Amino acid sequence: MGMTMTQKILAAHAGLESVTAGQLIEAKLDLVLGNDVTTPVAIKEFAKIGVDKVFDKSKVAIVPDHFTPNKDILSAEHCKQVREFAHKYEIENYFEVGEMGIEHCLIPEKGLAVPGDAIIGADSHTCTYGALGAFSTGVGSTDMACAMAVGETWFKVPPALKFELVGKPAKWVSGKDIILHIIGKIGVDGALYKSMEYTGEGLKYLSMDDRFCIANMAIEAGAKNGIFPVDEKTREYVKAHASRPGVEYTADADAEYEETYVIDLAALRPTVAFPHLPDNTRTIDDVGKVKLDQVVIGSCTNGRIEDMRVAADILRGKRVAKGVRVLIFPGTQNISLQMIEEGLMTDFIAAGCVVSPATCGPCLGGHMGILAKGERALATTNRNFVGRMGSPEAEVYLSSPAVAAASALTGWITDPEKI
Amino acid sequence: MKAKGMVFKYGDNVDTDVIIPARYLNDSRPEALASHCMEDIDADFPKRVKAGDIIVANKNFGCGSSREHAPIAIKASGISCVIAETFARIFYRNAINIGLPILECPQAAKAINAGDEVEIDFTAGRIKNNKTGETYEAAPFPTFMQELMAAGGLVERTKRKLA
Repeated sequence: MGMTMTQKILAAHAGLESVTAGQLIEAKLDLVLGNDVTTPVAIKEFAKIGVDKVFDKSKVAIVPDHFTPNKDILSAEHCKQVREFAHKYEIENYFEVGEMGIEHCLIPEKGLAVPGDAIIGADSHTCTYGALGAFSTGVGSTDMACAMAVGETWFKVPPALKFELVGKPAKWVSGKDIILHIIGKIGVDGALYKSMEYTGEGLKYLSMDDRFCIANMAIEAGAKNGIFPVDEKTREYVKAHASRPGVEYTADADAEYEETYVIDLAALRPTVAFPHLPDNTRTIDDVGKVKLDQVVIGSCTNGRIEDMRVAADILRGKRVAKGVRVLIFPGTQNISLQMIEEGLMTDFIAAGCVVSPATCGPCLGGHMGILAKGERALATTNRNFVGRMGSPEAEVYLSSPAVAAASALTGWITDPEKI
Repeated sequence: MKAKGMVFKYGDNVDTDVIIPARYLNDSRPEALASHCMEDIDADFPKRVKAGDIIVANKNFGCGSSREHAPIAIKASGISCVIAETFARIFYRNAINIGLPILECPQAAKAINAGDEVEIDFTAGRIKNNKTGETYEAAPFPTFMQELMAAGGLVERTKRKLA
């Protein structure tokens, strides 16, 4: 029996000829990642192991991005612990405020994830790097601690679902609409414990930023990972950012998939997830009148330069609707710089938006845009759970940057076509 | 190993944001996390929960964020076991790593109600509802997971490996 792309990467990292779904393996890791919320717990567990160094100083990355710049005293104490740990163990990839970004935007930009890598991170959206043809998945703090000590971890080899993308998406259909459509179709546990493997001729229409967005939300379908085959676009991205090319794996022709879904990209419409689950989706045509108090554009899902360009193109020369707070969260310092160079920063501020430094901020209800009881936000983030952006009595709707920008202008959830 | 307690019952897709909202993640002490556990969907939980009590939920328990603070908050609340139809994978992994007992049992998850008294025999994998007298068999853990739990969790297993 052939192997899926994920299974091949896992087999290679476990030193095995082949693996099958359900098999328990121990795999060597190319990168172990943590942030300012999960690393403090990992540091405590790491101390219990009793080692005096991490397995490889160049293969641990720590990015304080959730509650930074420090939102309060307790968060400052956590960040201080993380900073001291990084210093003591000479972690090469520790990114301080000023050089950091939202971890899943930053890691690929820094060239720390490349095709064929096996990566774990104490953050559920670590699955983002599947866009580069890597196996990457989210774990908890104890897993991070033990992996920092030994450089390997255990996995149950996942079975896979295949998503064959065909056709060309229409103008306002982005990676976000594709993944929201898929989650709406299979449900928030539709890929539980499984890989989501993408294939098909429609891939050629997806930019790297689209792919990062799609891989990022694999966890919202319960998946262990989402993964894309490596093509020219991947190679170009890796060449521009990384010092190593990585290893390209392809799924065997006879690889086993539990299910194959054919997704006709040409038939998709801009898609919105209603409260309080990412699978509660409707197309923009069925949204009805949903009035907004806040619009958030950014995050590890949609905080990349293309997301910023799409939103700025819609907002340029216009003013956001009165009474709507519009917050822009670029993913990294580099993306902010690029926005300045391209004039997008001016577009946003002139339109009445506020632009934040790179932080997870309001996405998880941390800071910089918390909702009050009864308030409603449209966000390009990844989760709309009860209480996710603040009050448990607030509502979060999820969409693409284009829909979010169009809605910022009207104050209602709006089809960008109608602007 | 055995457990006995009163049941708190929840539905599908209980996510880690409601188990412990992010606004409390600036303090990682277990007792601080426990004092806000489940409050966004069950405001009285932190006040009502007693040592030994049991959470029963339907499918995909613990979905969303990878925060280990979620099983830590539940464990520090005194909960002796979480029974669910299915668990989200990171929560499952975290629970085993930190030693929060969990059992997958769709029949029990469906039939047991809030307020029932439930008794669990972990060795036999048996769940008994003392109110109705019904018993259920939980899915056994794979051998690897049993060894991991017997070793005292992932940190202990890693220590042994390095020794």
